[in-house]
Amino acid sequence: MSDTHQNSHNKDNKTVKFGRFIVNHRWFVLLSSIVLLVLTAFGSSKLEIKTDYRVFFSEDNPQLVDFENIQNTYDKADNVMFVLTPKEGTVFDRETLKSIQWLTEQGWQIPYSTRVDSITNYQHTWVTPEDEDYMLVGALLCVPDKSADFDSQCEHESVTPQMIDDLSDKQIERLSDIVVNEPQLVNRIINPDKSVTAVNVTVQIPSDPDLEGLEGEAWDAKKAEILGAVPKITAHVRQLRDELMERNPNLEVRLTGVIMMNNAFAETGQNDMMTLTPLMLLLVIPLALFFMMRSISGTFSSLFVIIFSIVSAMGAAGWLGIFLTGPMFSVPTIVATMAVADSVHLLVTYLHNMRHGMNKNDAMVESLRINMMPIFLTSITTAIGFLTMNFSEVPPLRDLGNTVAIGVSYAFIFSVTFLPAVMLLLPTKVKTTESNGYRMMDRLGDFVVAKRKLLLPAMALISLAIIAFLPKNELNDEFVKYFDTTIDFRVDSDYTAENLTGLYTMFYNLQTGEDSGIHEAEFMDTLEEFVAFAEQQPEVLHVQSYTDVMKRLNKSMNGDREACYRLPKQSLQEECNRLLKEEATTPEELNTSIRQLTSQFTLMYEMSLPKGMDLNNQLNSDKSATRVQLALKNISSTEVIALEEKFAHWFEQNAPSLEIADSSPAIMFAHVGQRNIYSMLTGTAWALVLISLLLIVALRSMKLGLLSLIPNIIPMAVAFGIWAMFQGQIGMGLSVVTGMTLGIVVDDTVHFLSKYLRARREKGLDSHAAVKYAFHTVGTALTVTTIVLVLGFLVLGMSHYVMNSHMGILTGITLAAALIIDFLLLPPLLMLLEPKKAEVTEGELIHQNQ
Amino acid sequence: MKPLLMLASLFFASMTLQANESVNPQITDATDPQAKGLAIAKEMKARNTGWGDSEAKMTMILRDKSGNETDRKVRVKSLEVEGDGDKSLSIFDEPRDVEGTAFLTYSHIEGNDDQWLFLPALKRVKRISSSNKSGPWMGSEFAYEDLSSFEVEKYDYKFLREDELDGRKMYVVESYPTYENSGYSKTNTWIDQEHFRVHRIEFFDTKGDALKTMNVSDFKLYLDKYWRGHKQVMTNHQTGKSTVVKWSEYEFNTGLDESDFNKSSLKRAR
Repeated sequence: MSDTHQNSHNKDNKTVKFGRFIVNHRWFVLLSSIVLLVLTAFGSSKLEIKTDYRVFFSEDNPQLVDFENIQNTYDKADNVMFVLTPKEGTVFDRETLKSIQWLTEQGWQIPYSTRVDSITNYQHTWVTPEDEDYMLVGALLCVPDKSADFDSQCEHESVTPQMIDDLSDKQIERLSDIVVNEPQLVNRIINPDKSVTAVNVTVQIPSDPDLEGLEGEAWDAKKAEILGAVPKITAHVRQLRDELMERNPNLEVRLTGVIMMNNAFAETGQNDMMTLTPLMLLLVIPLALFFMMRSISGTFSSLFVIIFSIVSAMGAAGWLGIFLTGPMFSVPTIVATMAVADSVHLLVTYLHNMRHGMNKNDAMVESLRINMMPIFLTSITTAIGFLTMNFSEVPPLRDLGNTVAIGVSYAFIFSVTFLPAVMLLLPTKVKTTESNGYRMMDRLGDFVVAKRKLLLPAMALISLAIIAFLPKNELNDEFVKYFDTTIDFRVDSDYTAENLTGLYTMFYNLQTGEDSGIHEAEFMDTLEEFVAFAEQQPEVLHVQSYTDVMKRLNKSMNGDREACYRLPKQSLQEECNRLLKEEATTPEELNTSIRQLTSQFTLMYEMSLPKGMDLNNQLNSDKSATRVQLALKNISSTEVIALEEKFAHWFEQNAPSLEIADSSPAIMFAHVGQRNIYSMLTGTAWALVLISLLLIVALRSMKLGLLSLIPNIIPMAVAFGIWAMFQGQIGMGLSVVTGMTLGIVVDDTVHFLSKYLRARREKGLDSHAAVKYAFHTVGTALTVTTIVLVLGFLVLGMSHYVMNSHMGILTGITLAAALIIDFLLLPPLLMLLEPKKAEVTEGELIHQNQ
Repeated sequence: MKPLLMLASLFFASMTLQANESVNPQITDATDPQAKGLAIAKEMKARNTGWGDSEAKMTMILRDKSGNETDRKVRVKSLEVEGDGDKSLSIFDEPRDVEGTAFLTYSHIEGNDDQWLFLPALKRVKRISSSNKSGPWMGSEFAYEDLSSFEVEKYDYKFLREDELDGRKMYVVESYPTYENSGYSKTNTWIDQEHFRVHRIEFFDTKGDALKTMNVSDFKLYLDKYWRGHKQVMTNHQTGKSTVVKWSEYEFNTGLDESDFNKSSLKRAR
């Protein structure tokens, strides 16, 4: 890299002046860069961890807006679910019932809890044989007590272990019958085998909208409360779980729900940062650096550049008000990987110059002169690549791209200021032996030139064959699968989905547009038909609908006659609510009186429920709308969207007059994943255009600039092809890989092509010799930096946060593919386009090729 | 007892005979916060005893977090019962579909209240057995226990401090429910020192977190003795929902007696 400075001295004047300035004012440069570092780093005190899955959606995301509307009309659905499995016996063993009752009551003490649902506090309604008009309402465990004494004050909270011990086998059997025959409970709170049950705690955690109108200390306090809510709840429920298992060793206790998911996002990312970043900084990078430079002082100072770049990137993120989210935790690893190359290029030349007898100062000025432009160019293209993440629909990925872009810029700045300054201050020993990498590269160059006619079709074929698998990739954003199987949340959620109920939900808000509209017989019928249709779908585990409440009420209000377990209108055939048929003279009148009856049942039931067990989670306040909640199996996001479309179609056909809104975390992730991939493809296309233009200008060759598209695009396609063969699932984390690898892949191409061109233009070599020259000069450097990059991203691949680990692995594959293509496909192409002994003038070349 | 809002406001709006009547010396002299709290509660009750019977109309406005509003309209008849909770009859006028539905409650200081509901669609009276006091009333932010008649025995008290609200001097008293099945761990009540009317109550849930706040305003004096607040605003801090209750057409001594508060009167109620 150091042998090419004959004719470009005047052009490099500014760089040389800059280099001399650094050499002459090394202390000043050193101190200035440290001041810059400290100023930027101070921003990291503003960094805060955001533990809310909603950060993955921008404020105007249509599914999020729908979701918030549904949440604001009904109750919020953020929850913690304790899943209990007795190791021996069933849920209805006395000891287990005691544990459920205890946990249900403890649930009210969980921070921010507003509702607790379990089998034991399920509010049953029944009538007494003595008086059909006497309706009893009470928690399941109070049913025996209240049946025996109508004036019993039994409530769930006052049930004692003694009362449960005193239940006869027959009474327990009755309770068990009530539960397994209640569609509201089966497959939601208990499985049909009675072997697994849940205690579901709904929480209302404060969120950003609560900050509105606050100022000063009140604002700070609320902000702290918002950020602290999930960790606080998590700590509390984990302690509760431990206590429960201690009280009843026969129970397996698992934790899932939205809060546990939020917590997993934050905790997994943090753990990554605690394990992967040290691994990077203490092992992978120092080893790689030393292997490349064989200089302790060089390794040492490069490590500082890397750490400075990371700290600055995170500090700048803090200044910009970026929150720490899952993807942000990969910033240190990525920035470290990216920053290595800058230092290496500069120091390898510097050390090379010194081996060839230059003194320190001249060696450094010369190294800066030669490397300034390539480092600048590659930093810019890398930054552009990461900035394409701004096309993403997902705010944390935008943050990731911007922060890494900032880190890459800082790496450039520190590499050309701090690094030379500190190197000159440190003692540097130089061994006079060169590595034997050059000889290996020369042999590779000879091989590629000799076998070019075989390599070109072979490489093209292999690439095409791999790319053919590309369409087999499937878009999928399943949030449970964002975590690998070492994470409790993933394991517990999978268990819950297999044995009890799904964490993937769908909320449907059915709006009639008129007061009390849900009480219309026609609406109730439609709702029941929808429930039946939904239950037929194999993906659906449970449907929670108000029709189930109404059927049970109708039964209780008709002396608990089994035949009356139907909607009020349908039950007329069974001689239930007989008065209505007797009194009504016209069908319209009958419909009106059915609507009134249904409303009055709702009113009656509403008046009898205790706190936290009310109907607010199913009915809006003017009873014009109702919420249906579906629990789904763990299905892919494509299946979620297909199901959503199926239901939309059903509503269009069967209930055109209703206004339907639907949303849920599963639906939100499914849509954002899809939209994200398209916006990222747009972003990548723009980056390609921009980078190609940059290359055309930098290489001063239209033809090679355009040709560079091939080694820039094919690696991505090949990598996604390989991904399809082994994995095949593309989530939002992978959709950004195209953009970010582009910026890195380009670097290899730039280095290879610029050496090739230099050989052609400055040394007047033919294409074959120029290829060999390129291999000789940059072959080793490209191989080694690629190894470092691949290693770095593979370290990221060790993350338990699948979004980050997949991103790391796919990026690693892309970069490896890029190097192979730069070595084995690009040179034969160059030799094909510019045959041996051809003139160097471009006009003729183009002419020849037409 | 769920003599409903009526009684509630009786409680809120305790009366005074004359404004210049000397303040109960038990309150001014008490040094023990428990004793002082109890004395204030007794004074409140004393100033709201002897009103006999009343009728009033109420409008309830429910507001959800998105700002959607719904109205409920109810007429409430109340009968004072000495030595136990009061009796009340609520007749629903709106929403339209529950028009004519009537709700009769005998509240008791101890044990469950007796409750009957007349469903006009079935033309039948249903009795409800529920020991629930903590649930929402008609889907509002008011729980039954917020609306039931105030009885000194239902709470333990602790005087907290003196305070000022809208330029009035207040006592702030902490109350702990002693009855079964309350949804609260405690409440803080602001009571004005002149008339012993409730102006504000802060409710805390069973885990001790702030749950709701009720503010009472628009006080009017009836029979020269009994104050009634005509506007009660209840805000739920955890869900962001709120309920406004407006009272109108208060009438006292309308000639109601026991026979207007039984099962057969329920069917006749219109």
